Amino acid sequence: MGKKLVEDKSNVLPGDVLAEGDYLSGRGTYKEDGKVKSRVLGVARTDKSKISVIPLTGGYIPKEGDKVVGKVSGIGPSHWWIELDSPYDGYLSLAEGSDEFIDLDETDLSDVYDIGEIIYTEVIKVTSEKDVKLSMQDRICKKLSGGRIVRISPSKVPRLIGKGGSMVEMIKDKTGSRIIIGQNGIVWVSGGEEDLALEAIKTVDKKGHGDGLTEKVEKILNRR
Amino acid sequence: MSKDKKLLKDGKRIDGRGIGDLREMEAEAGIFKRADGSGYFRMGGTEAVAAVFGPRELHPKHRQKPKRGILQCRYNLTPFSVEDRKRPGPSRRGKEIGKVSEGALSSTVFLEEFPTATIDVYMEVISADAGTRCVALNAASIALADAGVPMRGLISACAAGKIEDTPVLDLKGEEDKDGQVDLPIAMNVDTDEITLLQMDGMTDTEEMDEMLELAIKGCKKVAEKQREALMKTFEDSR
Repeated sequence: MGKKLVEDKSNVLPGDVLAEGDYLSGRGTYKEDGKVKSRVLGVARTDKSKISVIPLTGGYIPKEGDKVVGKVSGIGPSHWWIELDSPYDGYLSLAEGSDEFIDLDETDLSDVYDIGEIIYTEVIKVTSEKDVKLSMQDRICKKLSGGRIVRISPSKVPRLIGKGGSMVEMIKDKTGSRIIIGQNGIVWVSGGEEDLALEAIKTVDKKGHGDGLTEKVEKILNRR
Repeated sequence: MSKDKKLLKDGKRIDGRGIGDLREMEAEAGIFKRADGSGYFRMGGTEAVAAVFGPRELHPKHRQKPKRGILQCRYNLTPFSVEDRKRPGPSRRGKEIGKVSEGALSSTVFLEEFPTATIDVYMEVISADAGTRCVALNAASIALADAGVPMRGLISACAAGKIEDTPVLDLKGEEDKDGQVDLPIAMNVDTDEITLLQMDGMTDTEEMDEMLELAIKGCKKVAEKQREALMKTFEDSR
């Protein structure tokens, strides 16, 4: 068995040695010379046999299975390009884009999704060259009209969702807003008390790594 | 040396430092709001800021690499950083230092995870008093970590040199100008890998070893300062 060198929840920097020996290298870490080291600035999470690091900041890199919020940035002969706030744009083909049959001679693709429109979509494939394929086949994927967009750090998305969705449910409950969170850190808020919901979301983004986050957000929501 | 001795007196240097002492250091992370990551570093009278953007899409497209990302560095001396105003714009020296900085930093970044993308590092020297490339690299390394870029470790840089036939650490302006050797290095202090080593002047292997040893010690102290600055960013997110 290996030796753990950091406590759970301790702050680490890139290159810090987290464990030696048999420990498994989880997300945010890498293995070198039998040592597990951190690769990002973040908070270490230790398990019985595995160590990972939750990054404090960082951009979004698409991953298969992620549900993301994106903006239509281009239309091709039979596909759309979707901007995901990442170095890699998403490719949404005609077949994946709609359940209904679309006759390309009859319909203009911009009637389905026009440039500038916001959609909630799923990443279904990422190749090694980082070509990203999207799909709207899942039933919760849809076009998002109206509402407001706020960007948060992708590393804070799990905190905004909370355990079993507790955080976002609380915000929805108190503000009456509809909220959709993309794994890429783009959040769509519509209806209810939007300002209050946005303030709560921004608080999660700013204070997302501290203790007692739920209380802080609750305080904001109860303030009015 | 034909010149009268003035840089070293009884083991003390013109600013009162011993031969193995660094100048006073200051470091900060996250100084710019609009950049993905940023850093500031000061060593005595040399100050630099750095901003990191990316990973982001690389243009022009023909420069994209299908299997890995690239790292692009810009090093710039601001016109007001030196005594006689520097003419703004790219210079031969600036481009060269940008190029070697790319080499110094890209070995520590997991670039293979960002095919076709780029990570852009902009380093601006706002006050120059020798050792600008080292200070700029220290700021850039803080900025990279602050941006959440996955890295093997931090890069710390520091120069050693020779004045009046004595190896010393971290030259300041006058020592650089009238000294015999300037030897800037950059390294990952955790793994002891040197990622930048340049030298200007004449020396022999014995002195070279001495200077290298001094510089490596200096880098370790720099790394502590960088660490301190980055640890402070955790407090802001609580």
